[in-house]
Amino acid sequence: MEISVIRGGMLTTVQDLGRVGHRSAGVPLGGPMDPFALRMANLLVGNAADAAVLECTLLGPELLFSADTLIALGGAEFEGLAAWQPKVVSAGSRLKLGAARKGCRGYLAVAGGIDVPVVLGSRCTYVRAGLGGFQGRALRDGDVLPGVDVARRLKDHWQIDPRILPGYAEAGTVRVVRGAQLDEFGGALFAAEFKILPQSDRMGIRLGGAKLTRIGGATELVSSAVAPGTVQVPPDGQPIVLMADAQTLGGYPQAAQVISVDLPLMAQLQPGGRVKFTEVTLEQAQKLAYDREHVLALLHEGLAQKFQ
Amino acid sequence: MERSAADKRRMTFSALGDTAVVVALGSGIDEAVLPRVRALAHLLGANRPAGIMDVVPAYATVTVFYEPGRLAANGPRPYEQVCRFIIDRARHLDSEAKKKTATAGRVMEIPVSYGGEYGPDLSEVARHCGLPVTEVMTLHAKADYLVHAIGFAPGFPYLGGLPAKLSTPRRPTPRGSVPAGSVGIGGAQTGVYPLSTPGGWQIIGRTPLALFRPGLAEPALLRVGDKVKFRAIAPEEFARWK
Repeated sequence: MEISVIRGGMLTTVQDLGRVGHRSAGVPLGGPMDPFALRMANLLVGNAADAAVLECTLLGPELLFSADTLIALGGAEFEGLAAWQPKVVSAGSRLKLGAARKGCRGYLAVAGGIDVPVVLGSRCTYVRAGLGGFQGRALRDGDVLPGVDVARRLKDHWQIDPRILPGYAEAGTVRVVRGAQLDEFGGALFAAEFKILPQSDRMGIRLGGAKLTRIGGATELVSSAVAPGTVQVPPDGQPIVLMADAQTLGGYPQAAQVISVDLPLMAQLQPGGRVKFTEVTLEQAQKLAYDREHVLALLHEGLAQKFQ
Repeated sequence: MERSAADKRRMTFSALGDTAVVVALGSGIDEAVLPRVRALAHLLGANRPAGIMDVVPAYATVTVFYEPGRLAANGPRPYEQVCRFIIDRARHLDSEAKKKTATAGRVMEIPVSYGGEYGPDLSEVARHCGLPVTEVMTLHAKADYLVHAIGFAPGFPYLGGLPAKLSTPRRPTPRGSVPAGSVGIGGAQTGVYPLSTPGGWQIIGRTPLALFRPGLAEPALLRVGDKVKFRAIAPEEFARWK
């Protein structure tokens, strides 16, 4: 089973759930910008939740499948394939994903997963270091991806309950828990609406539209761990929300941390989109994370019966 | 009781979002804290129980990443469970730290071409510090450095030992791309960018050495605890390394 890349799209990379356990060597977690969508897409084709998929950004790829298989797109809605809906494709058929209509990043899962080599425990692509994925880089026209032969088919027609699916908007409210230096910015983080700047990437989403000023001057901080979701504020006052390929350590003041269940909302905001932040407690954030895990576990169980 | 156990080992806990606990063992850049940081990271990192995902030492902190959903569901709240795990593993922190103090790191030499196209911020650093450019180069190359942490990017060494005279704030806006090998100053810290990444440090030079080699089993050239010396080289020598 091979997947030929006719068109690579804007930024299409192989991603799984990330490179866990290597941060002490400075290797970022990586993996999907929207982990919920990646896991859902995998479940929809009968894969383990951590199988490698294609993360598509704003403009999707065009692909040719060499064998019969089952595919599903999670996350953003792209022209060319309905999201959250498994689809049988036959040998020799093409799939052309156009522009993202809603959301920013789509996750195209293929039954059996994308079979690129495991590097430091993961198949995810870390483009900046040329690490993992397909040759350490985004897909280009003419690439041929190794797939896995599994003639997995759907037993019957079904679709998942739309109530568990996220809704992506141009303007979102993202929940955070407080960061170590939140008080040094007064209430400014929660008062303003920020704009997603075009310089945003997998390392961090850069915010404009309002500035955060540190009260009482700028003491330089000594670097400590940061993570996807950390809202850090450089001296110019333009916050950066660190994302999947975030550096492991950072020394800018930390205003807040996006809660795990809302990282996907952040990931799906397109450049030019807007975001507001609202504070929740650590207990609320972890309750929400538990609830989401519960939904995914139920779905996993329910879907297991639907493939042959 | 937990608090007193933590106090005894001079540890303070705080949350980094809903998936990490930051343990502070001191503050600032302090060589005396480093053995305890290394020791705690070692004690926490060995045989990690389910739900403990990663352990990240840096300067005066050790951050423990966890997955709330993979910890005991009917135990205490996830944050408290992780704090208890840390306190439990830290029982032997002091003896482990003594061992770490006794083991000397390696001495690594890093050639650097200072200034010019390789160090666009050298004159800004000199201006900020009120020193001649040559004095900045001499001071930077003469000092003995110690790797306090590897992070920010794969293989990026955070070095302690920057002469106080050279301390310069980070740039107000990070650069979109800093070339691989760039040697920078960020506040009281100095370090080397192993890869081309965005970065906010003041860039004073560049090394032709590769600090991160993804193909190798140990991809990072430097380790926490290594001693580092910079050696000034001419741009012509830099060119010969390629």
